[in-house]
Amino acid sequence: MNETNHVGFVIAAYAIAAVVLIGMVLAVFADYRAQQKALRRLEGGRERTGAS
Amino acid sequence: MPNLANPTAFLAFAQRVLPYLWAATAALFALGLWLALFVAPPDYQQGETARIMYLHVPAAWMAMFIYAVMALAALGTLVWRHPLADAAQKAAAPLGAGFTFVCLATGSLWGKPMWGTYWVWDARLTSVLVLFILYLGLIALWRAIDEPGRAARAAAILTLVGSVNIPIIKFSVDWWNTLHQPASVFRLGGPAIAPSLLWPLLVMALAFTLLFVVLHLMAIRNEILRRRVARLTIVAAASGDVFAPSLAAEAPRT
Repeated sequence: MNETNHVGFVIAAYAIAAVVLIGMVLAVFADYRAQQKALRRLEGGRERTGAS
Repeated sequence: MPNLANPTAFLAFAQRVLPYLWAATAALFALGLWLALFVAPPDYQQGETARIMYLHVPAAWMAMFIYAVMALAALGTLVWRHPLADAAQKAAAPLGAGFTFVCLATGSLWGKPMWGTYWVWDARLTSVLVLFILYLGLIALWRAIDEPGRAARAAAILTLVGSVNIPIIKFSVDWWNTLHQPASVFRLGGPAIAPSLLWPLLVMALAFTLLFVVLHLMAIRNEILRRRVARLTIVAAASGDVFAPSLAAEAPRT
């Protein structure tokens, strides 16, 4: 196998790592936004019903 | 130093430190990638393929480090009953699975040109695959048990039982005859690799570590918010809030 083919393995490794790591970052941010949205709606509901 | 066992204090602390940690993580990744891709010389035997090392080795270190963090958190749950220990453990598992997957995938892509195969059932590769399955099993366990306290205790026990795999991974290359090379950085007698290759590796390892710290802090914060959502959903349902059923359906499982 020549050096050109080896570069393909290097690029594939960096691409997979980037996808997984960026995916983890996006998932954590998406989860944060979902929890905040749910909290806002619940706290809005408490204010509407006058719950303490 | 704030009392981080208090969820409210933890949220305030995370809010304060996260921007600085994100900036440091981005700077370290930029420096590490520049060193790994443009400064470090090709290996005299492996050529450009050795650049996979700058991802594979830090990912492997993180895979084991995160499991050690989870084992410590499991002790915190079972022994000290620390209020955030189970949140820390639950938040770390998906991150551990992600880093372990990167380790396995990059190792496989490094193995094909060097060994002639993507996979071989040798002790190092198999024990890391077992670690990946353990992470997936722990994530499944948390999702399978509805009561958060029971789920945390069950996961803590499984984590501690599974921690026997960490020394097996570390010493597998010494205890068995493996295709995987033996340790070349953390070994008696000092690192066996040249400083021109070692420094980029250490910078990338620091970048990976900081990325885990940042994501772990954020994921713990998410767990705290998820518990608040669950608690408020129950309160809203009990008080007859018309919004409660839809919110209960939307609220992620704890």
